[in-house]
Amino acid sequence: MALSETAGLRGPPIPKPPVHQQVLNSVPVAVAIYAIVVGLIVYGSFAGAQNMGYNWQWYRVPQYLYSFTDDGFQWGEISVGLVATIRLSVLSFALATFLGLVVALLRLSGLVVGSAVAVAYLELIRNIPLLVLLYLFYYVLGPIFGLDRYVASILTLAVFHSALISEIFRAGINAVAVGQWEAAKSIGMSTGQAYRYIILPQSVRFMLPPMTGEMVHLIKSSAIVSVIAVAELTTIGRNIISDTYMSFEIWFTIAAVYMVVTLILSVGVSFLERKFTVDQ
Amino acid sequence: MDSQPIIEARNLDKFFGKFHALKDVSISVRQGERVVVCGPSGSGKSTLIRCFNALESHSSGTLVVDGIEVFEGSKDVRKLRQEVGMVFQQFNLFPHLTVLENLMIGPMKVRKVSRDQAERTARTYLDRVHIPEQAEKYPAQLSGGQQQRVAIARSLCMETRIMLFDEPTSALDPEMINEVLDVMVELAETGMTMVVVTHEMGFARKVADTMVFMEEGRIVEVAPPDQFFTAPASDRCRMFLAQILEH
Ligand SMILES: Nc1ncnc2c1ncn2[C@@H]1O[C@H](COP(=O)(O)OP(=O)(O)OP(=O)(O)O)[C@@H](O)[C@H]1O
Ligand SMILES: [Mg+2]
Repeated sequence: MALSETAGLRGPPIPKPPVHQQVLNSVPVAVAIYAIVVGLIVYGSFAGAQNMGYNWQWYRVPQYLYSFTDDGFQWGEISVGLVATIRLSVLSFALATFLGLVVALLRLSGLVVGSAVAVAYLELIRNIPLLVLLYLFYYVLGPIFGLDRYVASILTLAVFHSALISEIFRAGINAVAVGQWEAAKSIGMSTGQAYRYIILPQSVRFMLPPMTGEMVHLIKSSAIVSVIAVAELTTIGRNIISDTYMSFEIWFTIAAVYMVVTLILSVGVSFLERKFTVDQ
Repeated sequence: MDSQPIIEARNLDKFFGKFHALKDVSISVRQGERVVVCGPSGSGKSTLIRCFNALESHSSGTLVVDGIEVFEGSKDVRKLRQEVGMVFQQFNLFPHLTVLENLMIGPMKVRKVSRDQAERTARTYLDRVHIPEQAEKYPAQLSGGQQQRVAIARSLCMETRIMLFDEPTSALDPEMINEVLDVMVELAETGMTMVVVTHEMGFARKVADTMVFMEEGRIVEVAPPDQFFTAPASDRCRMFLAQILEH
């Protein structure tokens, strides 16, 4: 603090932000500009579509989300697709977490073989595009090991995301003070017990934010499995469009559905996180 | 008093890379003996007692603790650590567990004691360190002195035969030092074998059977407290004592 004061005294005075920046950052102006920009984009695309002679049929979209018929309430195709996407993502994420933990522990094991295997795995995964990895699992490993498209999809997503998740684990584990290891060891715990009861429970706090980011990332990249026609949100979107030609409405809707899910996830986890910090 | 040594170190050397941290150190501690180790910063006190529970592995020499030969890669390390408790300068309590859970986790997971039994033991030792009312709190909610007493209780819950202390009071505010030292004095009265690295010379005079002075990785002086404080043999030790007794 004393330092900045002397700097202010000796050096040039700390510059005020320029006037235009002050104006642009004031709340009403910022909101207005934001609204104008968004409005222009929306208007531009709708006007463009109009010029193309696009026939908007938004009224036909809700039935793909849900419907009330004589049989009562029914989920629409997009909702079913959403559930499939969530299921696919949850299964893949669980497997990715498991793989990530194993790879992280291998790297931290101090065994030369262990870290060599882990590093080779990570380099391999990081340098293959997701789409190619999917093709490898489906078209190459699929026939060899008898994997159906669903299993191939789960494996692809899990393996791809396990690379980053293992880094998250590694950072989370390293963030726990060495003293915790020493205390655990000095009461006679094995390395496994120290991880399980002392280290990992403390790493969770460090890992929660990046893990949420990774889950969001995984949900989004799960769309790629539509290229091998696994029934999920994006595939269903494509199918609806090929039946109805409403590509604009459906893609907007699908994008919105992904956004809503990932936003709910982020908000939910940050709420959880706050609870965590209050508890301790 | 049993005169059988419970810790027997012969010609220990310890290198950190090229740095020679322990130089030909030999020391033996009898069962029930209270040894206080002092010496300037960097003289290898921590390194020495960390060798006793295999948190550091010595580079050469022999070390037998409670009948178990300690060496790098030994299978008996965990057995050894169940007999040798350690109290750290920074407490190192488990922050995600309550005080009671901190005390119970070792007995339950390592000694496979039942939850009930572990809880009973934990409450007994919390009483011993005079904070039975803090059982349900988290470490961060306690004062430094209370945290260190929990750490002592945590070691005691393992029913260890030897307790090592690495400057247990030097991270504490002055007004909390005595509550921790009192607990350690009481512990000494139970006949526990203790090796204590500390500069609290009042405590040393009160409980030590043997004083050890280290410098630059060597044990320079070993003497009973009377002799150690009144007529230290080496000049360096005399200077060190003069320095810390000034305060
Ligand atoms: N893990 C390590 N790697 C490298 N050098 C180390 C390591 N641990 C200790 N040392 C060095 O060994 C020497 C002895 O350290 P030690 O911690 O045993 O001293 P100490 O007598 O306990 O000092 P203090 O009173 O400061 O705690 C120091 O010079 C220290 O820098
Ligand atoms: Mg030390």
